[in-house]
Amino acid sequence: MHKLLTNDQSKKMMVLGNEAIARGALEAGLAFAATYPGTPSSEISLNFFQISQESDLYFEYSANEKVAMEMAAAAANSGVRSMAIMKHVGLNVAADALMTLAYVGVKAGLVVLTADDPFMFSSQNEQDNRYYAKLGGLPMLEPSSVEEAKEMVGQALGISEQLQVPVLFRTTTRINHSTAPVDLKPLNIGKPEGKFDKDPMNYVTVPAISRRLHVKLLEKLEKAKELSETSPFNFIEGTGKWGIICSGVSYNYVSDAVKDLGIGDKTRILRIGFSNPLPEQKIKAFLKDCDQVLVAEEGEPFLEEAVKAFAQEEALTLKIKGKDKDLFSRLYEFNPAIARQAMANFFGIPYTPPAIADTSDVPEIPNRPPNLCAGCSHRATFYAVKKAAVGRNTIYPTDIGCYTLGFLPPLSMADFLICMGSSVGTAGAFSKVTGDKVISFIGDSTFFHSGIPGLASAVFNNHNFTLVILDNGTTAMTGHQPNPGVQMDDWKLDGYGRVSIENVVRSLGVQHVTVIKPLKINKSIDAIKEAIDYQGVSVIISEEVCVLFAKGLERVKKRKSFRVTDRCKNHQDCVKELGCPAFYMADDRPAIDPVMCVGCAVCAQICPENAISPVKDKA
Amino acid sequence: MDIKRLIIVAVGGQGNLLASSVLGEAALLANVPVRMSEIHGMAQRGGVVESAIVFGDAKSTIISDGEADLLVGFEPSETLRALNKCNNKTVAITNLSPMPPFTVAIGKGVYPDLNDLQEKLRAKTAKLIAFDAVALAKTAGNVLSVNMVLLGALTQTAILPMSVEHTKQAMKNKTKPAFLDLNLKAFDLGYEAAAGA
Ligand code: SF4
Ligand code: SF4
Repeated sequence: MHKLLTNDQSKKMMVLGNEAIARGALEAGLAFAATYPGTPSSEISLNFFQISQESDLYFEYSANEKVAMEMAAAAANSGVRSMAIMKHVGLNVAADALMTLAYVGVKAGLVVLTADDPFMFSSQNEQDNRYYAKLGGLPMLEPSSVEEAKEMVGQALGISEQLQVPVLFRTTTRINHSTAPVDLKPLNIGKPEGKFDKDPMNYVTVPAISRRLHVKLLEKLEKAKELSETSPFNFIEGTGKWGIICSGVSYNYVSDAVKDLGIGDKTRILRIGFSNPLPEQKIKAFLKDCDQVLVAEEGEPFLEEAVKAFAQEEALTLKIKGKDKDLFSRLYEFNPAIARQAMANFFGIPYTPPAIADTSDVPEIPNRPPNLCAGCSHRATFYAVKKAAVGRNTIYPTDIGCYTLGFLPPLSMADFLICMGSSVGTAGAFSKVTGDKVISFIGDSTFFHSGIPGLASAVFNNHNFTLVILDNGTTAMTGHQPNPGVQMDDWKLDGYGRVSIENVVRSLGVQHVTVIKPLKINKSIDAIKEAIDYQGVSVIISEEVCVLFAKGLERVKKRKSFRVTDRCKNHQDCVKELGCPAFYMADDRPAIDPVMCVGCAVCAQICPENAISPVKDKA
Repeated sequence: MDIKRLIIVAVGGQGNLLASSVLGEAALLANVPVRMSEIHGMAQRGGVVESAIVFGDAKSTIISDGEADLLVGFEPSETLRALNKCNNKTVAITNLSPMPPFTVAIGKGVYPDLNDLQEKLRAKTAKLIAFDAVALAKTAGNVLSVNMVLLGALTQTAILPMSVEHTKQAMKNKTKPAFLDLNLKAFDLGYEAAAGA
C-alpha cells in the first residue's frame, strides 16, 4: 500500500511538503487531479499517479499545463473536487484557461497549485505567481510550513467550493522540498463521478455572457474578502509596536529572528496566509497598532505595495518598508540570517552577525555541475550533430529537459532557450534573419507539450531549419513520468493510447523526416548531414530509451561495460569531446569506471585508435 | 532545548537522503522537534545534494552561512565547499575518499589536495573528524553503507539530541531489513572511527 494511504493516525508521519499536500488533498475529498510535471511540484503528482492505481482517485499526466487546467475545470464543473498541479512557469501556459475559468467559476472545489521557485533551483526564472491571483481575481492561499500546507490545501478546496471559484494555492520550493512531521486525519478520497448540468448562459463565454460573469466574479471576490478578514490563516502574534507583515516561508525566518534577537516584547507579526484578496480591515487595524512596519516577503513587493496603499487610504504616515538595499531583496530566496539582518537594520537594533568560517584562503574547488548520465543517448545525438555540422555556421536553439545539460562543455550544444517549446518557435526566425544553419533540439515530452504548434507554423511559413526530436521514451528530467508518446507497458499499466511522433511530424507536412538510432554514431552522422542539407523544415527523430529509466525496464538488456585498452595513444578525444562521466583520469590517461559505464559503446566508436573495447567476461 | 543545526553534503547517489530520513525518524522517536529541507541540483545526474536538518524549536528549514553546529560531508571536496556553513564552534566530519567531479577529468579544475583540505577544515572549525568512510563501508560488507558509517560518526559526537538507541531503532524502521545487520555494523564502525579521532 502507498504510504500516504495509511489510515493509522496514532503517530506523526515525516513527510515531504509535496507529500503533505497530496495527503491533505486526499483527506479533503479530492477525486480528480491533472498535471504536467515540473519541479518543485513533481512529487505531488508522482504520489497522485501511484495512489490513483490503488484508489478511486483519477489522475492524469496531461500533455501540458493548459490541458491539465482544462481537465480540472471540466471535472470541477461537473461537481468533482479537483486539482491542477504545476510549477510556476507552467501556470503561464495554463493562464489562458485559468483567466476565463475565473469568470465561469466551478461547482465543486478546484485548487490550482502553483509551485514557485525563488532562486531558480530548477527553473528558468523566478517569477512571483502571486500576481496571477490579482490578474485573474482568484482567492489565494500561501502556507508557511509543511504542516500548514497539508491543512491549507484541504481548506482551499472548501473555500473554492464555497465561493464557486478556483483557488490558487501557492507554494515555494522550500515548502515543497522541506520535510517535517505531520498529523494524519482520516482519508476521504472522493469519487471521480459527476454530473454536468447544462447552463450555456453561464458557461459559454461569448462577450455578452462574459460581461455578466465578470460582475459575478467581483461579487465572489467581495465574499472572498470577508473570508480573508476572519481567516485563521491571517493571524497576529505579539503586542509590540514594531510591526512585521510576512507570508510564506518568510514567516519562519522572521519568527526565528525575533527569538534570536530577543525582541519578542517589542514586535507584532501579521502573518498573511490568505493573500488574495488581502484582509484590508485587519491590515489597516494592524498598521494603527504599530509605529513602523517591515514587510518580509520573498519575490516582488506584492504585500508591500498593497500595505502602503492601505496606509495611504487611512492617512497613516508610519514608516513602511520591505524591498530596500538594506532590507529585503527581490532576488532569490531568503534565509534566517537575511531576516535577522534586515530586522536589525530596520528597527535599529545593534546586531553582529555570527562569524562565518573564512574561506578566502581555500583553493578553488572544481565545480560539480549535473551532467548527462553515463551512456545518455542525448550525448550521442549531440556529438553526431556536432560532427555532421562541422564547417557550417550553426545556431542551436534548445529546450527544457535533461538535454538542456548539453549546454555544458565539452558538448556545448545550446545557444538559446526561453521556455518550453522555444527551440521550435525560435528556429525559423534565427534562420530567416541570420542565414545560419539552425538546428534545434527538443525532447519527446516537450514536443508534445508545446513543440507541435511551432512545427505547424514552420511548415506553413516555409522555414528552413532542422529539428532534432530527442525521443527517449519518458519525461526524464522531472523523474521519468510518462507522456503521450511513451509505451505504458514500461509503467506496467494498460488502458492508454500512444501517439507516434513520426506520424505527427509527417502529418504536419514535414517533407524530410529521418529516424535515427543515435548510439550508431556514423550512420547517425550521415543521416543528420542529409537532413541539414535539405532546404526547408527537416526533422530527425533520435530514438533511444533514457538509460537511467532503462535500469528499471526488463525490455532493455544490460550491456557489458567498456574499458580503455593499452592501444590507447592518449589523444583523449573520448574525454574531451564526449564528456561521459564514466571516464576519469588515471595517471593522466583516460580510464572508465566499470560501475558507471552502461556500455553504450559511443566512446568506442569515436576512438581513433580503436582502443576502447568491452570488458571481457571473466572465465 | 538548544537548537542544533546539521548540514549534510553529498554527491547524488551517495545515500545521504536515507541518512537524513533516519535522523528525522530518530528525532520523532526521541520526541525532538525536527524539520529539514533538501536541495538537489539534479542529484541523479551527479550534482550536489545538500540537506539541512534543524533539531529543536525553530521554524526555519534553512541553515544560514556560518550557522551549522555539525557539518557532515560525504565527499571531501564537497565538505570543503560547504565550509561557509561553519564557524569556529562547528564540528565537521568528512569522508576522505574522493569522487572527483567530471570537470577535473576534462581539465576544468584541480581537485584539492587532501592534506591541505583537512588542514583548512581543521583550522576553521572546532573539531574535524576525518576518515575513509568508504573503506569502513567495505569492511562492513557494502560500499553503499557509507551513509550509515557517517551516521555512526555523527551520532558519536553527541551533538544531536538523539541517543544511539533512538538512531539504531530509526535504522530498523527506515532501512531495508535485509541490510540491517550490515548497516548496524557500518554504523558501529563509523562510531568507533569518530571516537578515535
Ligand atoms: S535521466 Fe535519462 S535523459 Fe536524463 S541525463 Fe540521464 S540518461 Fe539522459
Ligand atoms: S561505453 Fe563509453 S560512452 Fe558509453 S557509458 Fe561506457 S564509458 Fe560512457
